[in-house]
Amino acid sequence: MRIAVCIKRVPDSETRVKIAPDGKSLDEAGVKFILNPYDEFAVEEGLRLKENAGAGEVVVIALGPPAAQETIRTALAMGADRGVLLQTAGFHPDGLETARALAAELKNGAFDLILFGKMAIDDYNHQVGPMVAELLDLPCVTTVAHLEIAGGKGTAEREIEGGVEVVEFPLPAVLTTDKGLNEPRYPALKGIMAAKKKPLDVKPTAPGPGALEILSLALPPERQAGKIVGEGSAAVPELVRLLREEAKVL
Amino acid sequence: MSDVLAVLEQRDGAVRKVSHEVVTGARRLADALGGGAQVDALVLGAGAVRGADQVGGFGADRVITLTHPGFGMYAPEGYARVVADRVKAGGYRAVVFAASATGKDLAPRVAARLGRPLVQDVTDVSVAGGAVIAIRPVYAGKALLKVRVAGGPAVLSLRPNVFTPVQRPKAGVQETAAVDGSPGRVVVRQIKAAAAGTLDVAEAPIIVSGGRGLKEPANFRVLEELAAAFAGRAAVGASRAVVDAGWRPHADQVGQTGKTVSPTLYVAVGISGAIQHLAGMRTSKVIVAINKDKDAPIFKVADYGIVGDLFEVVPKLTEEIRKLHG
Repeated sequence: MRIAVCIKRVPDSETRVKIAPDGKSLDEAGVKFILNPYDEFAVEEGLRLKENAGAGEVVVIALGPPAAQETIRTALAMGADRGVLLQTAGFHPDGLETARALAAELKNGAFDLILFGKMAIDDYNHQVGPMVAELLDLPCVTTVAHLEIAGGKGTAEREIEGGVEVVEFPLPAVLTTDKGLNEPRYPALKGIMAAKKKPLDVKPTAPGPGALEILSLALPPERQAGKIVGEGSAAVPELVRLLREEAKVL
Repeated sequence: MSDVLAVLEQRDGAVRKVSHEVVTGARRLADALGGGAQVDALVLGAGAVRGADQVGGFGADRVITLTHPGFGMYAPEGYARVVADRVKAGGYRAVVFAASATGKDLAPRVAARLGRPLVQDVTDVSVAGGAVIAIRPVYAGKALLKVRVAGGPAVLSLRPNVFTPVQRPKAGVQETAAVDGSPGRVVVRQIKAAAAGTLDVAEAPIIVSGGRGLKEPANFRVLEELAAAFAGRAAVGASRAVVDAGWRPHADQVGQTGKTVSPTLYVAVGISGAIQHLAGMRTSKVIVAINKDKDAPIFKVADYGIVGDLFEVVPKLTEEIRKLHG
């Protein structure tokens, strides 16, 4: 089974966001970068599918700055076979341009499955996977939390409001993974050592400028700390009164 | 000439409530575009869709129902094809979806087919110099990104609970047509429904969320009872710690690796307020915190706080809320 996993280097979820002097981007000073948490589920699922099939290849592909090589090495340490970095400069707000660059790399790969995390925890774009599927004319299921593959077909479950959709699709296909699909493995020391020797292709890439112009990146208005209504259950009637009369939400 | 297309959602043959917000947002955008811009609402189904005739009351000038025997449930590829074709044929300046489970799946497909960028999860929209300007939370709400969409159509999805539906004394014109072609290779076989009356945290107007302070999974019953007291308007949420511990499903998780939510009322119970959790709920209109630690960071963002033992405070709160709905 040939599987591609598209991954992204993102700021850690514990990052305190500071805005760069340009007023349009994140100040990266002191920021720790990680493999996007939703992509870990995609890497893990790719590895399991290959292991179950008994043969195949898991290729991880990232689009990003030179430092994204480290992110690819993390996925290689988990067990992926080789990596490709579509190396770019700068930040790309337009997910369609990212999708176009990835699709160009993926289209001749003869992959049975192309996996993505359901979204990146930095830009929250939530779109590149299904866009790649459209560009390559492949079936796609997003936010997959349960997956079975057999006989060239798949059944996936995805969470929707108030329920779970059960979705069938043929291979090859594009899937985006949600938390709950699996428990990603931690890279073992052996894997980390092996990852250093695995092939990693760096390909300079220049995505199109896209049609989105960033006007500003700003911190949201600070919430004013409110009031402590009181202590213990004796404070509850006053809380309810405030919610009714002051906040007017009840 | 119509200008903004609002893409509605139906489940079991009835328009979903979140679509009223989409029409409201589309109307606001059309009014900002000016020049008497019109709003079309589009819904896809296997036949007539209940509630389509109510949508005019939220600002749609025309409501178009397109029917196909394979469109009873969401058919990702067929829906994307039909919506994209409609956008091209209608010469729309903007297309608006809900940033719901279906909308976040459908909008990227339609945008890719149109060769246009997609602005997901928008919380504010305006027009300047004829171009659509949208604001959306990034880094789970730790920052707000403001973008200008060059050219058209602008493709947007709107975050649930932000565009409060506004009723207007108007009924849109109704049109129905059958469409053909394949519903696609990806087939939704069934929807396993959650327990009746369960609201999703992403769309609930009230969220009662629990963290490690609940001490054990069975204790979430006190939150479920509080949520139930709100008479069908509240969902139970959870912090990452308790989801990672397997106490609650990931679907309920609020925060940077869960859902970012904007309910009218968010009640944080036994949640200390880790930065990644605060990011996911800080856009709630009103936040209440109940925690035994008076120094917990959650109190810094809460509008109202009670310091105390949640196992005493929450049942009392449930009792008081029941009285209101009594």
